[in-house]
Amino acid sequence: MAEAMKMRATMQGDAVDVKVLIQHIMETGQRKDKKTGNLIPAHFINQVSAMLNGKMVLDMQWGVGISRNPFIGFRVKGAKAGDKIAVHAVDNLGTVFDGEVVVA
Amino acid sequence: MKIKYVSLLAAFLFSTSILAVAGPEQDRDALIAHYKETLPNIKFNDYIYGALAMNPDAKSQYDDIMAFPPYAIDLDKGQKVWETPFANGKTFASCFPHGGHNVAGNYPYFDKAEKRVVTFENAINACLKKNGEKELKYADSDMGLVTAYARSLSDGMKVDIKVEGKDALAAYEKGKTYYYTRRGLLNFSCASCHVQNAGKFLRSEQLSMMIGQASHWPEFRAGTDIVTLQKRFMQCNNNTREKPQEGNSEDYNDLEYFLTYMSNGLPMQTPVFRK
Amino acid sequence: MDRRNFLKSMGAAIAVCAAGLLRSGGVFAATWNSLAFTAKDTADAMKNAGYVGAAENKDIMIKVPDIAENGAVVPVEVTSNIPGTTSIAIFVDKNPNPMIADFEFMNGAEPFIATRVKMASTSIVRASVKAGGKIYTNSREVKVTIGGCGG
Repeated sequence: MAEAMKMRATMQGDAVDVKVLIQHIMETGQRKDKKTGNLIPAHFINQVSAMLNGKMVLDMQWGVGISRNPFIGFRVKGAKAGDKIAVHAVDNLGTVFDGEVVVA
Repeated sequence: MKIKYVSLLAAFLFSTSILAVAGPEQDRDALIAHYKETLPNIKFNDYIYGALAMNPDAKSQYDDIMAFPPYAIDLDKGQKVWETPFANGKTFASCFPHGGHNVAGNYPYFDKAEKRVVTFENAINACLKKNGEKELKYADSDMGLVTAYARSLSDGMKVDIKVEGKDALAAYEKGKTYYYTRRGLLNFSCASCHVQNAGKFLRSEQLSMMIGQASHWPEFRAGTDIVTLQKRFMQCNNNTREKPQEGNSEDYNDLEYFLTYMSNGLPMQTPVFRK
Repeated sequence: MDRRNFLKSMGAAIAVCAAGLLRSGGVFAATWNSLAFTAKDTADAMKNAGYVGAAENKDIMIKVPDIAENGAVVPVEVTSNIPGTTSIAIFVDKNPNPMIADFEFMNGAEPFIATRVKMASTSIVRASVKAGGKIYTNSREVKVTIGGCGG
């Protein structure tokens, strides 16, 4: 899903500063449904990777402790304006999220 | 922290030597003087941050989160609602001056013909109705989402509420009376916390000053849960153990009119993160 | 079921599993470390995530608030100034599952990460680092209050 991801990438010195926001409930699996009393099943992004011009720069594993609508900020040296940053994320139910941005 | 159970109105009138017949501008001046005295280290323009202006650790978190807030994609959804044409081809922008830019600071206003306060939410629903669309439920998150985006088009605009004419003044005075009236099992008025005890702690929460409160609604609690201003009134009613009213009640609209007038001159920002 | 059919069905199952891994594009270096993420204390989580024998090191800078405004969304920034850093992992000791995330840096990515985490209560926030074949760690305490009506 592309609309579920928002990204910014700006050059700061010799590194690109990247900010990523993903729309995701990041349900921990520890909350109870107020009406039924049952546990709401865990639903969270658990694997995320970031690429600069197709080359992996960041490989992440997330748990349920990342906040809802997760935010990530990272920096990559050697990037320049016009380069492409892509982020690929998967959640524990197998839903895939992809986003990309051109470095400003 | 003990809250002093003093007759607030008497203490307020005494301390500021207000005559019985004071206008809105004198009321506002008196309150500004009150906060200058009780919270001398807070700059006027920082009143919009409420308790955050009194706590650098909290303000730093706010700044971090606001740089790329969790609701950024929700706001895009609100933008889509604002920009998507109605069945008749028109958009929300057609109902507001300047396409909706730099107008939110004029709401609420007093409609002389209708003899009532008109809030921004009323205007959104009037626009929907005028264009043959279904109105939104007043204090709900759908309304919150579209107003969160729509009001952001007025970011930076100084709040500029007018109280002109005797009917408008009567509505303002009703709002002011509501504000200063003790209510609920805990017998607090809005003023008990936000005028008499702004800056003090009520359990773990630092109380915000009343001036500046109306400039930044709706909010996203924890960055994800949308709360409109009148929803907040309901929460405050609950906090003092009084049964809340429905959104768009006459009391709440008059209260919003009074409260927003008190934030005149302060820059708006919508939406914002709050804890 | 006889042995031949059983092996056939196992083969089919293995093929499906492999297809599942490949379907994700094979873009992740490793499968999700559920042992580490489901561990109930930081020590076990660190062990399962390969952060064993960690030495305290102040060159791991952790930026966190003193008192979290809202435990659901606590900004955390970690910068490792230790040369040769290849990964950073974040833990919140008092969470039901302390391991928050593991970040691996390569091909020019700086050993820096900013994110927002959930904290169930006042707790140590720990950042551990893999650098040059060794493990390092640092921590900060963040207080979490159960607030009420933050205007």
